[in-house]
Amino acid sequence: MDDTPGFSVERSDGALRLSLTGAWTAAAAEAVEETGDRLPAEAGDAKRVVLDLSGVSRLDTLGAWVVDRARARLAGAGASAEYDALTEPQRILLHETAWHDLTPQQRARGSVLVNTLSDVGQAVVNAGRDVVGGVAFLGALVAAIGRVATNPKRFRMTSVVFHLESVGFQSVPIIALISFLVGCIIAQQGIFQLRRFGAVAFVVDLTGILVLRELGVLLTSIMIAGRSGSAFTAEIGSMKMREEIDALRVMGLDPMEVLVLPRILALVLALPMLTFLADLAALLGGGVVAWIYGGIGKEVFLSRLQSAIALNTFMVGLIKAPFMALVIGVIASIEGLAVKGSAESLGRHVTSSVVKAIFMVIVVDGLFAMFFAAIKY
Amino acid sequence: MAAERDEPGRNAEREPLISVRDLVVGFGDRLVLNGLNLDIMRGEILGFIGPSGSGKSVLTRTVLGLTPKQSGSITTFGVDLDEASRADRRAVERRWGVLFQQGALFSSLSVLQNVQVPMREYLKLSDGLMDELAMLKLEMVGLKPDVGEKSPSELSGGMIKRVALARALALDPDIVFLDEPTSGLDPIGAQDFDELISTLQKTLGLTVFMVTHDLGSLYSVCDRIAALGDGKILKAGTIDEMLESDDPWLKSYFHGKRAHSMADAEARH
Repeated sequence: MDDTPGFSVERSDGALRLSLTGAWTAAAAEAVEETGDRLPAEAGDAKRVVLDLSGVSRLDTLGAWVVDRARARLAGAGASAEYDALTEPQRILLHETAWHDLTPQQRARGSVLVNTLSDVGQAVVNAGRDVVGGVAFLGALVAAIGRVATNPKRFRMTSVVFHLESVGFQSVPIIALISFLVGCIIAQQGIFQLRRFGAVAFVVDLTGILVLRELGVLLTSIMIAGRSGSAFTAEIGSMKMREEIDALRVMGLDPMEVLVLPRILALVLALPMLTFLADLAALLGGGVVAWIYGGIGKEVFLSRLQSAIALNTFMVGLIKAPFMALVIGVIASIEGLAVKGSAESLGRHVTSSVVKAIFMVIVVDGLFAMFFAAIKY
Repeated sequence: MAAERDEPGRNAEREPLISVRDLVVGFGDRLVLNGLNLDIMRGEILGFIGPSGSGKSVLTRTVLGLTPKQSGSITTFGVDLDEASRADRRAVERRWGVLFQQGALFSSLSVLQNVQVPMREYLKLSDGLMDELAMLKLEMVGLKPDVGEKSPSELSGGMIKRVALARALALDPDIVFLDEPTSGLDPIGAQDFDELISTLQKTLGLTVFMVTHDLGSLYSVCDRIAALGDGKILKAGTIDEMLESDDPWLKSYFHGKRAHSMADAEARH
């Protein structure tokens, strides 16, 4: 049996009879649409049109919609259009899919210039909100610290130790390795560049000061922002996503005390220790390269290092570490708590947590550089 | 073919659309389904029940080819999917619609685009008609037109279910698999859902495989009920046959307090 949708036209006493045949189903969607669009044209200016569906072998919602749309167009053109010889299922189906205007409204589009300007404005407003949100969060954190300090029973030691292990102890190998390699690279480049001036020995000063003042803490912070900041956002965010944070709240537990404070505290404790470790590893890397490439023996290296750096060089790097930790922890927690119901939003916030944290770490480092220069430390 | 389409329901019974034979599915040492036999007849609404963790979802996933089976055979529309070519498989997949328990809407697409995904993939239609059809499906499942522009994360649980059903129905499938379609819906919503399923069955000859714990659905729309237990079908039959069963689990299921109030309500109608 031929199942392609089609129709035949028949005129009788003023009425036009359109007899539909074949299967009007999604299987032949293209033909159904094309044939359905031909129906009103075929009727021309007939005043009375009868749609006969007795020859239709199969009809589904697609077919019914197209047929009824054709009927509605005929009716719109001033003809009276009606069905004839409907089976019961066809009647129900046509009733169910009765044509009405369903074209989705197009959203009004502004000009490119207006859109660009509004996007820029939106970005500025969002940045402003981030700053305000960050400050408000910091305030809430201080309040939580105050509550815990006045009521030490509420302090969660186990949680702090757990996070200290995952943030601090478990990142020791990767931080040490990366710092060692960067120490090597700086020393190697230093030797090559300084050799032209016959000042190879100064590579020790270069490596020592650069590593202790800037690179040790910067590398550690960036690594921790990528490693632990993202983990914090993901942990808090997935709890937020599944209403676990709300569950904590209704049980009378403060998410700030339970989730945020232990993590930030662990970070503030771990980052100076990791920075110290990174400093050692980078100096070791520099020393190894200076010995191999520059022919500077270890006694010479150590004595030069001792004269090149003072305690303040080391302290400049270390003082910055807790502040970096605070920046990373606050951003990670804010982003985690901003996660909405979907996994997509979780992914977006984890990404933005890492990006914002690294950006802010570098900005804070710049501010510290200006500060230390101003106080000549 | 024409006759079956025009007179769905009772008259068209006794032709299995999907038949499962001696199915064994397990994870590690644990066999979830062990020698299961089941036929899903054309045009029927089959309610599928069983205790939590008895493997209802596993069976659905195995029939759909998402979970590998250890032995046994599954014939879908007369085709054994294990031996089918890619083209045959696609032809079968085009004829079924699936409503996953959590909706499984694509989160990066809008609601309207979600419904249009199967249409774009399989049908050659103009954009205008495709928009109209997607809106029609959304309207059929009881959603307002302005939902179309929203993203799935903005929807409530019940709305997600409805959109997922609209997507499952996008291609006017022969059979739909519904995994707990009315869970998380309010009773009115659940009743609308049941009515919609029943209308579609009457008009399109739709076959429905429904995993459900909703006694209301079991009483009002299901032609046949199959109960799963110990990796096999404990019993399959009409609601009256289930009520007469001696099996302890079925007894407590259908003669519990909730079931009784439901049966009373049915009787009063």
